[in-house]
Amino acid sequence: MTMPYYVAPEQVMKDRAEYAQKGIARGRSLVATTYDLGIAIVADNPSRSLHKISEIYDRIAFAGVGKYNEFDLLRVSGIRHADTKGYAYSREDVEARSLANLYAQYLGQVFTHEMKPLEVEILVAELGNGLRPPQLYHIAYEGTITDEDRYAVLGGETEAIAQRLDEEWAAGWSLTDALRSAVDALAGPDRTLRGPDLEVAVLAEGNGRRAFRRLVNSELEDLLG
Amino acid sequence: MTLPLFSTTEDPGPDFAGLIRRLQGPTPAVTAGTAPGGTSGSDRFRHGTTVAALRFADGVVMAGDRRATEGHAIAHRSMEKVFPADRYSAVAIAGAAGPAVEMVRLFQTQLEHYEKVEGVVLSLEGKANQLSQMVREHLPMAMQGLAVVPLFAGYDLTRGTGRIFTYDVTGGHYEETEYNATGSGGRDARTTIKLGYRVGMARDEAVELSIEALYEAADEDSATGGPDLIRGIYPLVATVTAEGFLAVPEDEVAERFAALIERRRAEGRQP
Repeated sequence: MTMPYYVAPEQVMKDRAEYAQKGIARGRSLVATTYDLGIAIVADNPSRSLHKISEIYDRIAFAGVGKYNEFDLLRVSGIRHADTKGYAYSREDVEARSLANLYAQYLGQVFTHEMKPLEVEILVAELGNGLRPPQLYHIAYEGTITDEDRYAVLGGETEAIAQRLDEEWAAGWSLTDALRSAVDALAGPDRTLRGPDLEVAVLAEGNGRRAFRRLVNSELEDLLG
Repeated sequence: MTLPLFSTTEDPGPDFAGLIRRLQGPTPAVTAGTAPGGTSGSDRFRHGTTVAALRFADGVVMAGDRRATEGHAIAHRSMEKVFPADRYSAVAIAGAAGPAVEMVRLFQTQLEHYEKVEGVVLSLEGKANQLSQMVREHLPMAMQGLAVVPLFAGYDLTRGTGRIFTYDVTGGHYEETEYNATGSGGRDARTTIKLGYRVGMARDEAVELSIEALYEAADEDSATGGPDLIRGIYPLVATVTAEGFLAVPEDEVAERFAALIERRRAEGRQP
């Protein structure tokens, strides 16, 4: 009979964390920020069909970085959660906090109990209303959840991007300012990102019941200037 | 609630009705097996009545009265029977009010769910088929007197035209080339539209004709409500065009009814 090797739990967790971090850092980054009329989400993503940002519910959006198939699974389950909840109760009972908690629990569960952690980092954004301010829930691969009310950065090189964005960030800034700063922060000093390199969406007042809207083509070009 | 995750072989895909069946959550009334009692029950359940739809140059007009009845009694005076199904389509209902409204709710959720999960909007034909399946699943209840007969209309973005679909209780759906109406006053509404209909009408003419149709239906059918001038309750009218679903403002509907009555008096006809 062969005895399994003993590996210290600290080592197991460290290995898993490293594995997940590496997977996430390989992908491109994503930035979300609040602005005067809502929340803007900008992803460094040249694909027109494989989205990183999408709609969950009337006032809730989802964004993910890392392995596409893994965060897409989370995206679809989020839509299912929100739609079944809204159908069983009422549309106003669907809120981002409970969904973010479910995501965090699931990611934490997978991280500790499964063979392989999920190589994803996700964001659940919710547009504010009279009672609640806009909220950005940032959930890491191991289930750590943080809520931001200014901006969130997901993916690799997050510190550098966050630093660049932090210097520019201003409360109640316009969509134009927010987008330009977010794009500059994503690109860094050595690159420039243009409309076709980006996936941009907003959660904004004035879009009707469903606040989510993608900004594409000429509209995006105009905003980026 | 837990996060609804499925193995790849059991994934319900973009089907919302399939999803709730799998989650064994709230069973939608429209997919429930049988109605209680086994009586025709028309005096115990609320019923909605006349709805009509017609095509015009830019899309379709859809209109419905506001009355719900329980047998010979008026159960509700301001019921809504015309709903946006999504941005480019509308659904109107006639028949047993409870399951009908539930069917609309499920249908609306289904279309939005598909759009969000798949990232693309269903084709108009696809939406009509979806509704067909819901009506078909409702057949056992329809046989017990709780029939739901929807009317579906929308703007087909690929063809650039408005289209209308009618249904029967078995879930059969049929595309109408010009107009149709359903419900207990449907026959009168249909005849009125038939007499005034022309191909390629303008929006105003089409709205006017739908109002006239409901007026005639309410005049002949006790279960159909006409314009309630005392309470200020008017039938609902909506258009679906390339700009999407748009409800005709209540003021405009009220004015058109007033003008209709005025005109008939001036012409020396019975209003």
